[in-house]
Amino acid sequence: MSSFAWLTICLQALIYVSLAPLLTGWIRKAKARLQNRRGPSVFQPYRDLRKLLAKDVHVAHTASPLFRVAPYIVFVSTWLAAITVPILVVELPTAAVADLIVLVGLLALGRFFLALAGMDVGTAFGGMGASREMLISALAEPAMLMAVFTLAMQAHSTNLSTIVTHQIELGLSLKPSLMFALAALSLVAIAETGRIPVDNPATHLELTMVHEAMLLEYTGRHLALMEWAAQVKLMLYGALIVAIFFPWGMTEIVDVDGVMIALLATLGKLALLGAVLAGAETVLAKARLFRVPALLNFALLLGLLGLLSHVILEIGT
Amino acid sequence: MNVASELSLLQQTVLIAAALVLFLSFVLLAQPRLLAAIRAFAWQGGLLALITGLVATVNAEAHLFVSALLTLALKAILIPWMLHRLTRRLELERHLEAVKHAAFVQIVAVALVLFSYWLVLPIIQQDLGFTRNIVAVSLAVVLLGLWVMITRQQAVFQVLGFMSIENGLFLAAVSATEGMPLVVELGIAFDVLVAMVLFGVFFLRIHNSIDSLDVDRLNRLHERLEDSR
Repeated sequence: MSSFAWLTICLQALIYVSLAPLLTGWIRKAKARLQNRRGPSVFQPYRDLRKLLAKDVHVAHTASPLFRVAPYIVFVSTWLAAITVPILVVELPTAAVADLIVLVGLLALGRFFLALAGMDVGTAFGGMGASREMLISALAEPAMLMAVFTLAMQAHSTNLSTIVTHQIELGLSLKPSLMFALAALSLVAIAETGRIPVDNPATHLELTMVHEAMLLEYTGRHLALMEWAAQVKLMLYGALIVAIFFPWGMTEIVDVDGVMIALLATLGKLALLGAVLAGAETVLAKARLFRVPALLNFALLLGLLGLLSHVILEIGT
Repeated sequence: MNVASELSLLQQTVLIAAALVLFLSFVLLAQPRLLAAIRAFAWQGGLLALITGLVATVNAEAHLFVSALLTLALKAILIPWMLHRLTRRLELERHLEAVKHAAFVQIVAVALVLFSYWLVLPIIQQDLGFTRNIVAVSLAVVLLGLWVMITRQQAVFQVLGFMSIENGLFLAAVSATEGMPLVVELGIAFDVLVAMVLFGVFFLRIHNSIDSLDVDRLNRLHERLEDSR
């Protein structure tokens, strides 16, 4: 692997942290327009982050050192997970180091520390948010792994680069297993990033919040890192769906032209996906928390059906 | 290895539709709302007609077009419409039936799909053309229809299960052979229609006598006082 490839990885890592707030801002803007509001500018998340980074940090008296460390762990683990998802170049050295299962593991690590930090201060809301987050993730992870296995069986590898290469070589083909895997992965992404049927990212209404409840005690740069990590995670899931199911435009040859085209293609696809998400959030209402297990159960079923339909319908004996 | 990449786009559409038929059987199993379940059944019939039509196009079989049209008219439009009218007449539009032990029911359903795949494996060895993989799906749809009839308490859901068994048999006929002879198919279609009419009469009778369509309440010979709500 040439040094140029490592350069693209650094570039990709920078793209994730620098463009994730833009994606969030774009989704908020699109949602506001759909609801007949003008909405804040798409650059508002950057301003929020800058404001939070400049502010002083206040930590509760009851907090342990873990409370201070957690934001860094959450941010770095999410970022590391993001680097293994190709957005520009198919052949990533990092994808060879960490496959899809490691990706799920890295996200789980971040979530674990997020939940610990939520419980650390000892407020009622933090504990409630942590327990809800664990409920959701315990149900979402099997569904995610089912979708991952469906893809891995097609490409005969859990390496994300191999899977994407396989998808590109396949060209345009309708496959029932991919259809089910896409549906399952979308549901998991919605649950994991706390979007509307599961959690409402725009509210601090105490009875319904999940992610926000864990962050209530955070201030200043800690809060900025936590929010930034959530934005990177949203972009990660978007990039994952785009890379696996709509990989057109990504380059296999590493050169400047190819990377530029791939960057434009990926940004366009992510913007489209964000608009779709905004539309879905406008149409749907938030579900009751006790309906969420049913939703994730459905995602697991879709993943299983993807696996089964691959075995039954697509493997000729 | 994968064969799907070597199939034409039409054939891939058939496989997608078959997978959706299987998915709709799962929907019938888990859907608590009556009207939504009827709609899912109608979609299943429509997809079946689509599969039949596409198989007819690929294999150039004229008589399959007739059975595709018959399926569309009967299973996607007429029978759902009749069921819809019945539920409105019995004032069951807002009826909700929570599925008991939903996760268990789902796991057994997945096991049934695996079982039918295992059962059909020797048939797949025979060279049957591109639809051979659908045989397993059709058997699974039959078994899932039976499972719907076992797990659901409400009579209309059980009828939906029964009708989806018929859908599965029809799918098997289309995918394993080049469809049944037209005479047989017409006979079956007529039978299904008559069955639907009879079911309608039964619904009304059951509803009149026990004031509910929950067939579990037919198990008792005497209505005890606390049961007569």
